[in-house]
Amino acid sequence: MKLKLRIWRQANADTQGRFQDYNLDHVSADSSFLEMLDLLNEQLIQAGEEPVAFDHDCREGICGMCGVVINGLAHGPARGLTACQLHMRHYKEGDTITIEPWRAAAFPLIKDLVVDRSAFDRIIQAGGYVSVSTGSAPDANAIPIPKKNADLAMDAAACIGCGACVAACPNGSAMLFTAAKVSHLGQLPQGQVERHNRVAAMVRQMDAEGFGGCTNHGECSAVCPKLIPLDVIGQMNRDLIRAVLSR
Amino acid sequence: MQNLQVLSFSRSTIGKKVIMAVTGVIGIGFILVHMYGNLKVFIGPEYFNAYSEELRELGAPIFGHAHALWIMRLILIASVALHVWAATALTIQARKARPDQYAVKRTLEANYASKLMRWGGVVIFVFILYHLMHFTWGNIHPDFIPGEVYHNLVVGFQFLPNVIFYLIAVSLLGLHLYHGGWSMMQTLGILSPRYDQAVRRGAAAFALLMTLGFAVVPLAVLFGVVK
Ligand code: HEM
Ligand code: FES
Repeated sequence: MKLKLRIWRQANADTQGRFQDYNLDHVSADSSFLEMLDLLNEQLIQAGEEPVAFDHDCREGICGMCGVVINGLAHGPARGLTACQLHMRHYKEGDTITIEPWRAAAFPLIKDLVVDRSAFDRIIQAGGYVSVSTGSAPDANAIPIPKKNADLAMDAAACIGCGACVAACPNGSAMLFTAAKVSHLGQLPQGQVERHNRVAAMVRQMDAEGFGGCTNHGECSAVCPKLIPLDVIGQMNRDLIRAVLSR
Repeated sequence: MQNLQVLSFSRSTIGKKVIMAVTGVIGIGFILVHMYGNLKVFIGPEYFNAYSEELRELGAPIFGHAHALWIMRLILIASVALHVWAATALTIQARKARPDQYAVKRTLEANYASKLMRWGGVVIFVFILYHLMHFTWGNIHPDFIPGEVYHNLVVGFQFLPNVIFYLIAVSLLGLHLYHGGWSMMQTLGILSPRYDQAVRRGAAAFALLMTLGFAVVPLAVLFGVVK
């Protein structure tokens, strides 16, 4: 199929960006969104032009590297999918597709569609861990964990840190990401010792990075490729209030 | 643990939202009683005027004349101030967090209520001031008689543009409470996923009740039911 692409081009953070239009032909409905961009880049390289920079790694929907805003939706129109898992069968002949980077002050632009998400790493460093002595792997059933908690922890742990929640949030808030990490450890016995300090430190870092606050629109969860539920935010709020009250 | 200082709590985004939720609950408590009190206008002038008088003796004999009333007023003023302060600070922070806008904007879950929290809040705030000037201080009322609450109300709502502004304000208040009623549960972390839908429906029912309960009084005057 033939497509009209409007892609954000920006050489680096210090230059002005703008949209550039491209006409792309022979796009297979079976190709993925990133393969479609590969096709464009091959043509750009052959024509001696600068290819479009975009992030990607696994292309299996598990690493969290890819991510662009496609026609106003982070990771595109399909729910519960990363951009690399989005297929071109969602589009038809003659469609115009506008592709933009994640736009957030805390995610400075590196080039074209690539942004710097190290703010997420610093939030994790602030408290998204449990301090245990490493050594040989413990016995799997040494610490009993109720099924319900194990399931909830697993749901939250599915977060791949892609940043779509921030990109989609009208407030540029990182609450869903931070809450997923907080409640994933908070559900487990191993996470209890540092529970209060963890939530306080991670929220503090989240705010320091310049993300906005949450107004419970629910846009984050709607675009999350791992469908992390909004409930984790409620749990993080509860944890923070408890941490402050029991200080 | 320096992480947990209370001051840094009110500086944090979540702390500000908790302040909004708590002051919002105080506001909800007030408007619930206020709406109920307004409906007494249907019983008649003597009853309604007496209600206004007796409000000043609330809590007697422990509280003196208008003491309890003033304590409640101070709590309400502080609540509105804190609520608006936190809303403003969070709005500024959200604008800073997204300096560059998307060329194509789409939303999936946000609704009119959630999108109108800020501008609706501004209108509600302006309305609160207008409403006080209208019926409490009387400085924008055409024929204000202190103590003659029933008379002031009936004369005030004979003016159509005034009724329209009241209806717009209480409709926006309804939307504010529809989103706010659910959002505050999430902010305070007392929302169990199991009751999520029930809380949303409860917030919708409450918001509708408030809007209708407030709207019925100006409409009744306009259509001559109360005169
Ligand atoms: C009758 C007066 C009011 C009542 C009863 C009320 C109630 C509430 C409640 C219960 C919330 C939910 C808090 C939360 O999400 O945790 C809320 C949020 C909010 N209110 Fe009000 N409010 C009132 C007036 C105002 C005013 C005057 C403004 C002025 C700017 C305002 C702006 C906001 C904003 C921006 C939110 C945040 C929405 C969000 O972040 O989810 N409100 N309000
Ligand atoms: S490239 Fe790994 S999730 Fe898309």
